Amino acid sequence: MGQTLFDKIWDAHVVSSNEGFPDILYIDTHFIHEVTSPQAFDGLRTRGLPVFRPKQTVATADHNVPTIDQHLPIKEELSRYQVDMLTKNCAEFGIELYGLGHPFQGIVHVIGPELGITRPGGTYVCGDSHTSTHGAFGAIAFGIGTSQVEQVMATQCLLQSRPKRMKIEVNGTLQNGVGAKDIILYIISKISAAGGTGYAVEYAGDTIRALSMEGRMTICNMSIEMGARCGLIAPDQTTIEYVKGREFAPKGEEWDKAVAYWKTLYSDADAQFDEVLSFKAEDIEPMITYGTNPGMGIGVTQHVPETASFETKEQGSYKKALDYMGLHDDEQLLGKPIDYVFIGSCTNSRIEDLRQVAEFVKGKHKADNVTVWVVPGSKQVQEQAIREGLDKIFDEAGFPLREPGCSACLGMNEDKIPAGKYCVSTSNRNFEGRQGPNSRTFLASPLTAAASAITGRVTDIREFLKSSESELVS
Amino acid sequence: MATKIFKHIQTSVVPLPIENIDTDQIIPARFLKATTREGFGNNLFRDWRFDENNAPKEDFVLNNPNFSGKILVAGKNFGCGSSREHAAWAIADYGFDAVVSSFFADIFKGNALNNGLLPVQVSDDFLKKIFDAVDADQHTVVEIDLVDQFIKIVATGEQETFEVNPYKKACMTNGYDDIDYILSKKELIEEFEEAK
Ligand code: SF4
Repeated sequence: MGQTLFDKIWDAHVVSSNEGFPDILYIDTHFIHEVTSPQAFDGLRTRGLPVFRPKQTVATADHNVPTIDQHLPIKEELSRYQVDMLTKNCAEFGIELYGLGHPFQGIVHVIGPELGITRPGGTYVCGDSHTSTHGAFGAIAFGIGTSQVEQVMATQCLLQSRPKRMKIEVNGTLQNGVGAKDIILYIISKISAAGGTGYAVEYAGDTIRALSMEGRMTICNMSIEMGARCGLIAPDQTTIEYVKGREFAPKGEEWDKAVAYWKTLYSDADAQFDEVLSFKAEDIEPMITYGTNPGMGIGVTQHVPETASFETKEQGSYKKALDYMGLHDDEQLLGKPIDYVFIGSCTNSRIEDLRQVAEFVKGKHKADNVTVWVVPGSKQVQEQAIREGLDKIFDEAGFPLREPGCSACLGMNEDKIPAGKYCVSTSNRNFEGRQGPNSRTFLASPLTAAASAITGRVTDIREFLKSSESELVS
Repeated sequence: MATKIFKHIQTSVVPLPIENIDTDQIIPARFLKATTREGFGNNLFRDWRFDENNAPKEDFVLNNPNFSGKILVAGKNFGCGSSREHAAWAIADYGFDAVVSSFFADIFKGNALNNGLLPVQVSDDFLKKIFDAVDADQHTVVEIDLVDQFIKIVATGEQETFEVNPYKKACMTNGYDDIDYILSKKELIEEFEEAK
């Protein structure tokens, strides 16, 4: 019987497999950041252990950093302390750090791929649940907790039971204005925020194949929002072209060898999945979430569900979510006034996202009632955007381009959405208080976010596209 | 390095019948700036427990003196969202030894097990029985036995068995630690690297 892509990669990384024990899985690269690593370094000190393979560990500062004036010392004392601690720990344990001011600094899931560290067939972990992003290259990538960060630091291995395998296929042609973010929000809305728990999810189908690497990263990024252990997409020519020539990508003979191996990485035709789901691209509208978990999403023209449509035992949780969001049964979000637009996060802060938004907002201006933040995913994205003159387009539109970091995705730095305010956000989580205490988040694609910034209301991007000749490719 | 040992507990419970409780609710991101593992219990469920002026919200269960105990009982898909282990630390630091739910998010489950906090997954039915029992009597006592893998509502004798990974069970009942285990296979790791 054939093997799934996931099993091929897993099997190639098993160091030891014992009945009744989780497998010991070898990790190619361990990404670390300031928030989930300090306690792990402390653990190593207590045990008197070094970092086992410091050269396979890459550090950056992203979660806590300010997104303006990064050349100045961090004002917020605790954030500064945490970032300083990372610098000290990396120096002590011999780990390369792409800290503030470094040309490679950025959100950990943006820099791994853009530096050519993330490659097909590899295993990657990070103390951050959106590590699933790296699976877009046809790799196994897990988010892990701090005890496991310590484990990987100490051993370059992760103790892990093999998850079940799910295949999600999307076939067909997307409507104009619908993109990768809409696909994944649609899938999660169909299978719920827990629908992928216990699974490694492989995305397949011609719609997925047609996506750029950046679109594929957006899809895999949000695998965790349906509870999946990881998400992955088989590598193809698009993947190979993307990796080629990047800073740390293999070169010369090494490259040829690598590509030959990558071409063997796909699920065999007769591979067995524990679960297979299929969706039609034509059914997907521009999506928006209305609730407090990413499974609570609808097409932008649809109405919020009625409480009575849920089972009795679920109604309490549902009503709590609607109350928090200041919404009521059957409300339509379309046309609802908003206060903030956040374009950023490891889901949608890559150069393509920024280009797409810039192309759309060129010659337009944001509505007066809206504050817009555009936060690039990395220093390299920021510089590229400036080289292409996107910053000027953004400035004229009232969309200031800030400096890289996680920013309002989780509101650990100063970039917080105020209590009660509505934010259309390209990030990945709409949990209560995620973007700041009592903030209210509508998750959407970069195009929907940009269009909503222009009108000051939740907007159907298709209306814009109909009325303009420009065919936006998403 | 030895970790906390867990075999058996019998205590009253704290009910939190909400579904999809994510780790941002358990411990909001703005409290993740600490660089040690201690003290997170003070901010457990921070924004449900306290208002903007840091005054306790009376209607939240942790502020209700009638409820106490070492077992937190919550709605399904507990611990979804962010991988922050701080969520498990906060629950353990507050004083809980076990969390009962009808479904756990994967990463949270792993984090809890790595911190001597036992996640007990029960059926939807049994979860409802516990909530009903607590509705009827706030001091309902529940027994959890990890060795024999059962959970029991003491007053009624209703019980259910639960699954736990045998390796993790051995770790928790003996205080074993993952890193010691993996390092005992260091030669295999080095052989693997050679062969790559
Ligand atoms: S951008 Fe948001 S989701 Fe991504 S790594 Fe940062 S905090 Fe996590």
